[in-house]
Amino acid sequence: MTEHLPALQTVLPLMAAPICVLLRQATLVRIFSVAVAWTCLAIALTLLEMVSTDGPISYALGGWVAPLGIEYRVDLLNAYVLVLVSAIASVVMAFPLEGSELRIPRERHFLFYALLLLCISGLLGITITGDLFNIFVFLEISSLAAYALIGLGTDRRALTAGFSYLVMGTVGGTFILIGTGLVYQMTGTLNIVDLADRLPAVSGTRTVWMSFAFLVVGTSIKLAAFPLHQWLPNAYTYAPSIVTAFLSATATKVAYYVLIRVVFTIFGAAFVFERVGLSNLLLPLSLIAMAVGSLAAIYQTDIKRLLAYSSIAQIGYMTLGLSLANVDGLTGGLVHLFNHGLIKGGLFLVVACALLRVGSPTIEALSGLGRRMPLTMAAFVVGGLSLIGVPGTVGFVSKWFLVLGALDKGLYFVAFIILASSLLAVVYIWRVVEVMYFQSPSHAPVREEAPLSMLIPTWVLIGSTIYFGLDTDLTAGVANRAAQYLLGGGL
Amino acid sequence: MEILGLWNYWMVIVLMMVGLYILIARDNLVKKMMGLNIFQVSVIMFWVSIAKVRGGTAPIIPEGAEDVVYSNPLPHVLMLTAIVVGVATTGLGLALIVRIYEAYSSIEEDTLREMDRASE
Amino acid sequence: MKIPAMRMREKLVVRVVSRFFIPFILLFGLYVQFHGDYGPGGGFQAGVIFAAAFFLYGLVYGLDDLQRVVPWRFVEVSLALGVLIYAGVGVASLLLGGNYLDYKVLDPHDAKHGLHLGILLVELGVGVTVSASMLAIFYAFAGRRAA
Repeated sequence: MTEHLPALQTVLPLMAAPICVLLRQATLVRIFSVAVAWTCLAIALTLLEMVSTDGPISYALGGWVAPLGIEYRVDLLNAYVLVLVSAIASVVMAFPLEGSELRIPRERHFLFYALLLLCISGLLGITITGDLFNIFVFLEISSLAAYALIGLGTDRRALTAGFSYLVMGTVGGTFILIGTGLVYQMTGTLNIVDLADRLPAVSGTRTVWMSFAFLVVGTSIKLAAFPLHQWLPNAYTYAPSIVTAFLSATATKVAYYVLIRVVFTIFGAAFVFERVGLSNLLLPLSLIAMAVGSLAAIYQTDIKRLLAYSSIAQIGYMTLGLSLANVDGLTGGLVHLFNHGLIKGGLFLVVACALLRVGSPTIEALSGLGRRMPLTMAAFVVGGLSLIGVPGTVGFVSKWFLVLGALDKGLYFVAFIILASSLLAVVYIWRVVEVMYFQSPSHAPVREEAPLSMLIPTWVLIGSTIYFGLDTDLTAGVANRAAQYLLGGGL
Repeated sequence: MEILGLWNYWMVIVLMMVGLYILIARDNLVKKMMGLNIFQVSVIMFWVSIAKVRGGTAPIIPEGAEDVVYSNPLPHVLMLTAIVVGVATTGLGLALIVRIYEAYSSIEEDTLREMDRASE
Repeated sequence: MKIPAMRMREKLVVRVVSRFFIPFILLFGLYVQFHGDYGPGGGFQAGVIFAAAFFLYGLVYGLDDLQRVVPWRFVEVSLALGVLIYAGVGVASLLLGGNYLDYKVLDPHDAKHGLHLGILLVELGVGVTVSASMLAIFYAFAGRRAA
């Protein structure tokens, strides 16, 4: 049965969504979706294990062999992303809807779970597929589910945020479709491996350059890379915190994965960096993102918006790793993909817990919460330290590799900006911590911890930021191997 | 003449720009949705136009016939999927617009922005 | 939605013509559906055509009458069932020893027949889901009373 795992990875959540609609009963649906998410995680871990010992797995969907048929192709890189997505999914699924700020009546919970499962299925599909058009289809599945999930927010601004994300996301998706069309026109194939074989012969043509531009811009919109990030702050702020935790930890990460695939696998490092010179554009933009995102985060009054702007800065770190185009830099980007997913997922879950006790997600409302919810807020502090990049946390690992990558290229000012941006992170995290712990609240603090069912998922993510900060085998080890083989050119 | 020979691309570009222009310049959300649709349709037209083989027929080979020149069916099939995606996007977008109208009693973007600013 | 529907129902020509057309639209939908495996057609188009017949009924006789014919719950269930038919065919081929969606194994004696059967079933799933989702969209928009 193990040879069918690649198909089951996406089919399982895809089938689970309609089954949720048939089950309807809230508790039943919840148990079922959690079971599905955990099975997905088990599948992803098995795939990673299989890939890291035996090399890439190819699965011919429908028995049609690639390049004619759609191929699911698992290699080290996407097995790693699959693990992240399904791990976050299984934690977020376990987080209870009851009592959260999402005021969905119990009898309609099944629709929320169905949407979330569809989103998961789409994200896993993007990651696992070896077919460029298939990426577009799964991207739209996950995005459509994401727009609807964002629109569930209780603030009416969630609707406008969802709508502008829909417009931006659709433009991005359509750009990817144009790029796909242009490469199909030049090569007659959509299979990623086949494309990588055939593109070098025609890489001088303007059509290929155009398709590269469209693919990069399209994925950058989905990624919220610096000048294309306009949809992100509102979407993250007004979406329900659980949804934000899931999307911030997975959706942009998968988009980053697609960008890496486009750059390194399809077009190849030689074309992208030597002929097109993507670094000349992407490197400055990443640095601006790191600076502007962190600076903007300092001035926010809403904690979710603060974390959203910090995400823009962190995405800057990831694209920086890509534009360095050396093994250390790319390892840093890939490690940060995983680490930032854990950190932001954990931090937004903390916000979800905090919103149980305080009515609004403004920073002032959090005053004194350090004493009211000590365990929850301790999670925030640990997550914040990780975001800053204190040694012993995951944030340190990724920044370490990025600095190494920058120094390797002799770009000392880049290393300096990485450190400066970390200092800015200290400022915005400190602002929140200060309010939580050192400002006396308006009324006497009573200890009202979040229920255990919420604390456990939160601490699982936050705890793992410490664990993976100390044991870097799974993250940095795999990312390093993936980076080496991406830059080595071979698949 | 080469430029005129590529008229299918010109049509695609014109449609695409019309769509993007509406998307950017109109404040009304429903009109934005229409712009988005026109933009998507231009891409579908692009894909279908590159599938055409001069003198080719529909890709259904009659029994016994040999050496039939037919258009590439793959882009058509792919665009069927893209059309469905477009329909789903439009449906969801319009649903959001309906809810926005219920929450704000307006679907003009600048009015929405003013109302948001006023409520802050 | 309700008031124009009442007016529409009173118009003799509209009522008679729509009643005359609906069976043919349904029949055409079925034709497109079941010719989808060998000729042009298939679940997507057929589903929309099939749903269009119900839209016409709803527009002429009102949403309440339509929901008596096709209740919301039925739409929801068939929405889910269609996807499950599609994915179920895939799982069936998986269990029969092929790859996911490898229809050839559906008939152990004749691969060609298996392919035919697989496409027919998958298109059926698509058709059911598409017509149900079209109806769901129609219900969601038309059934919303102005706030």
